[in-house]
Amino acid sequence: MTVATFEASAPFHIPRWLAPFVVLSFAYIAVPFIGTNYLFEAILLPFLALSLAGVGLNILTGYAGQVSLGSAAFLAVGAFAAYNFNLRIEGLPLIGSIILSGFVAAAIGIVFGLPSLRLKGFYLAVSTLAAQFFVQWALTKFSWFSNDSASGVIDAPSLSIAGIAFNGAVGRYIFSLTIVSLLTFFAYRLVSSQTGRNFIAVRDNETAARIIGVPVLKTKLIAFAISSFIIGVAGVLWAFTYLRTVEPAGFNLDRSFQILFIIILGGLASIRGAFFGAALLVVSPLILSRLGSFLFGDLFNSGVLDMSQRIVLGALIILFLILEPDGLVSLWDRIRKRSVARLNKRKHVGRAAQPTQ
Amino acid sequence: MSGFDWQFFVEVLIGGLLSGVMYSLVAIGFVLIYKTSGVLNFAQGAMLLFAALTFVSLVERGVPFALALIITFAVMVVIGIAIERVVLRPLTNRSPMTLFMATLGLSYILEGAAQLIWGTQVHGLDLGIDDVPFEVGGVLISQFDLFAAAIAAALVLFLSVFFRYTRVGLAFRAVADDQFAALAVGLRLPRIWATVWAVAGLVALVAGLLWGARLGVQFSLSLVVLKALPVLVLGGFDSIPGAIVGGLLIGATEKLAEVYIGEYFGGGTESWFAYVVALAFLLIRPSGIFGQKLVERV
Amino acid sequence: MNSMNRVLGGPATAYFPADIAAERQGLGEPVKPLSAAQDTALGLDGISLSFGGVVALDNIDLAVRRGEIRAIIGPNGAGKSSLINIISGVYRPDRGRITIGADRFTSVPTQKLARLGIARTFQNLALFKGLSVIDNVISGRAYKVRSTFLAQVLGLSGSRREEADARGRAARILEFLNLNHVSNRLAGTLPYGLQKRVELARALVAEPAILLLDEPMAGMTASEKAEMAEFILAANREYNTTIVLIEHDIGVVMELSDRIAVLDYGRKIADGTPEEIRADQGVIDAYLGVAAENIDGGGI
Repeated sequence: MTVATFEASAPFHIPRWLAPFVVLSFAYIAVPFIGTNYLFEAILLPFLALSLAGVGLNILTGYAGQVSLGSAAFLAVGAFAAYNFNLRIEGLPLIGSIILSGFVAAAIGIVFGLPSLRLKGFYLAVSTLAAQFFVQWALTKFSWFSNDSASGVIDAPSLSIAGIAFNGAVGRYIFSLTIVSLLTFFAYRLVSSQTGRNFIAVRDNETAARIIGVPVLKTKLIAFAISSFIIGVAGVLWAFTYLRTVEPAGFNLDRSFQILFIIILGGLASIRGAFFGAALLVVSPLILSRLGSFLFGDLFNSGVLDMSQRIVLGALIILFLILEPDGLVSLWDRIRKRSVARLNKRKHVGRAAQPTQ
Repeated sequence: MSGFDWQFFVEVLIGGLLSGVMYSLVAIGFVLIYKTSGVLNFAQGAMLLFAALTFVSLVERGVPFALALIITFAVMVVIGIAIERVVLRPLTNRSPMTLFMATLGLSYILEGAAQLIWGTQVHGLDLGIDDVPFEVGGVLISQFDLFAAAIAAALVLFLSVFFRYTRVGLAFRAVADDQFAALAVGLRLPRIWATVWAVAGLVALVAGLLWGARLGVQFSLSLVVLKALPVLVLGGFDSIPGAIVGGLLIGATEKLAEVYIGEYFGGGTESWFAYVVALAFLLIRPSGIFGQKLVERV
Repeated sequence: MNSMNRVLGGPATAYFPADIAAERQGLGEPVKPLSAAQDTALGLDGISLSFGGVVALDNIDLAVRRGEIRAIIGPNGAGKSSLINIISGVYRPDRGRITIGADRFTSVPTQKLARLGIARTFQNLALFKGLSVIDNVISGRAYKVRSTFLAQVLGLSGSRREEADARGRAARILEFLNLNHVSNRLAGTLPYGLQKRVELARALVAEPAILLLDEPMAGMTASEKAEMAEFILAANREYNTTIVLIEHDIGVVMELSDRIAVLDYGRKIADGTPEEIRADQGVIDAYLGVAAENIDGGGI
């Protein structure tokens, strides 16, 4: 799969920081005021957590080319680790629990990434399923992880940092938004560094990468570790800010596929892609359910909704793979480029003689 | 080792081998498609569900057994051809991983469609075989498992005859050997692929009926793919003997582990044990039992 | 494209930046004159290789002097690429030894190849399609990177210096190979001839003591070939790089090389200067005579 990671810059320059700046300002300042409870609880909170998970998986699968089918396992590890750190270490601030849980996920990611040193392609993809099933099994089997609660359910603790509580819908949104922004920035820096280039080198041609001196094994393990760290923290957000109550069964194979779908739909090897894909994945079922009940009335019950969601999702995946293999991001970039070109044309008419920067 | 109950061990072993046959059955469907088109068809499980659900729903609506079988097979052939046309053909020359993800999408569509059409309730499926164990030399053997194994053996036999003695089979082997060469000598790949998908539909039907009779026909039936994947990893994605031996190995070790060491883990190990076995094996032999080791070309 | 000149502060005519020479000396690899005959950069002793019973290489000896352009020619399937793959550690020989500088190996550790001072290009393109041209070339410096990923993410000064250094070198190499007009294009989107040149750039940026070129001109037009020959010569002269060259185009090989080894069915049947090879009856029988089209560069 070839993926456009770098675009030739258009002559008309929008500063690189502008778009994130505008989006973040809007997200921090405007959204808390105009957002309804429904918007936060049903759309933005799952969107943020899933986007972050998508960013994490994209590092491993989109950039480093190691397909993982076990992302949900690392979501679960993050959620349960944070729960336990918070529960068992007296006086550990929440942010400490979250960071530590990321490290736990990273460590487990490295363990399950070890096969990647020998295995490639489908063999590796299948071996990541081992993580999926093992983690889910362990969390269900050993009730210690859920502090002996029935069927492994854990409840989110109160979210407060430095005495400020983030327990309302808006508060949890701000909390989640902040963590997602920080880690996304981290991911963005990473993929544009030498390590990021190494990821792509290993993905595109492992033999050539090894020959020119890219430390292939180390690069793969770094990809597994960082990816798992980010997905682990996304799991904390999923459990603590969105659902508030989770059980191991919620981190099943379908969840893993959901995250894989996010990066396919949004765009492999694109940080923004994860956000595009997550938005589509969170919003489309809502639209589908409105549309279904509008068109079919009571006939469109929850069972039918569930099944048609599966069909639509599957069809979307296939459609994107065929028509837009680089995902929503590439669609978006084409539209943007076209409008920038239009702008440029207008500008050039004004001052044709002047050379562009 | 006087305390060791050999009779019980043999019983567990045979039980494991027989359920291993069921794994092989699903794995063979994968191998067929992987060998010809390089696609790891994750939708094999969904096809299996679709076949079993269609069949059982037809029977429940009063369609005679044999007729239901024929109709279901026809449906599976149509689905197979449609998949080739609509999904795979537009994706020709794309990376194997892209094709794999497309089959992932396909499995969502098939699972959704099967249940949208036939409903989500659990159906019992009675193939007319009593699951009464019988005794051979003090060892209890499940009659149904034996029957399933016989069916699976018959299917494998049928497939090998089909591929050895028919024109399509010959073409299949040519394609499996070298796609470009096959194309160059004028074999029409799309038709071969459509045939292979139809055959995979047949395998899905047989496996779906056997698994459906065992577990009941319901959504979780499509999860038997997860049983087949470690088998494939162990046996190699491109080897039918590998799928058979891998299935037997996984079936046997899984059952033995569950009975003899499962208690130390608190039970329920069967969800991941096969994967660990396959992984451990792969670390020693990365191309599986029978998989070919390819020389790197640079 | 013009912006690059601006960044560098003027048209870069200096093919051979002084800092590169300085660093080579810093590495303890003194730049030596071409004529030191006793000075072997690379040696193969009794290399044999077979694939499942098919002999690809049979007891091959080959010595490459420091600073020379050493060609290996032979008909298809003669084992030329296998030889390069053995030197770069992709294949492991059944028998024999490889000497690189002062080190002797029974099989070359691929991951250390760059640090041993060897870079290579590939018969079939092996660029990183998802990276831009400049990033492909920068990745040729990957073996030099010391900073951790965390230092890179945080932009610590050490990693920033590394990055700036690699970027600067890559930009100069692109300039040198007339590639700077495509430096921001995705490598996979370039025409074939340019991709071949980007591969050369990625190899050169590592400042290898030895450069292995596996059919660098295959599939090129005549003018592209001439250009590529120019670049190979320049790399040899200006960077003082020892070059091992596999090429089908006999005309080019005769012109470029100091010495030529001829392989046929995995055996070395001749070894000498272009004049000696041209006069060698065995070579003419085995290769030149029967494959006349190769002289025109048609046989690939």
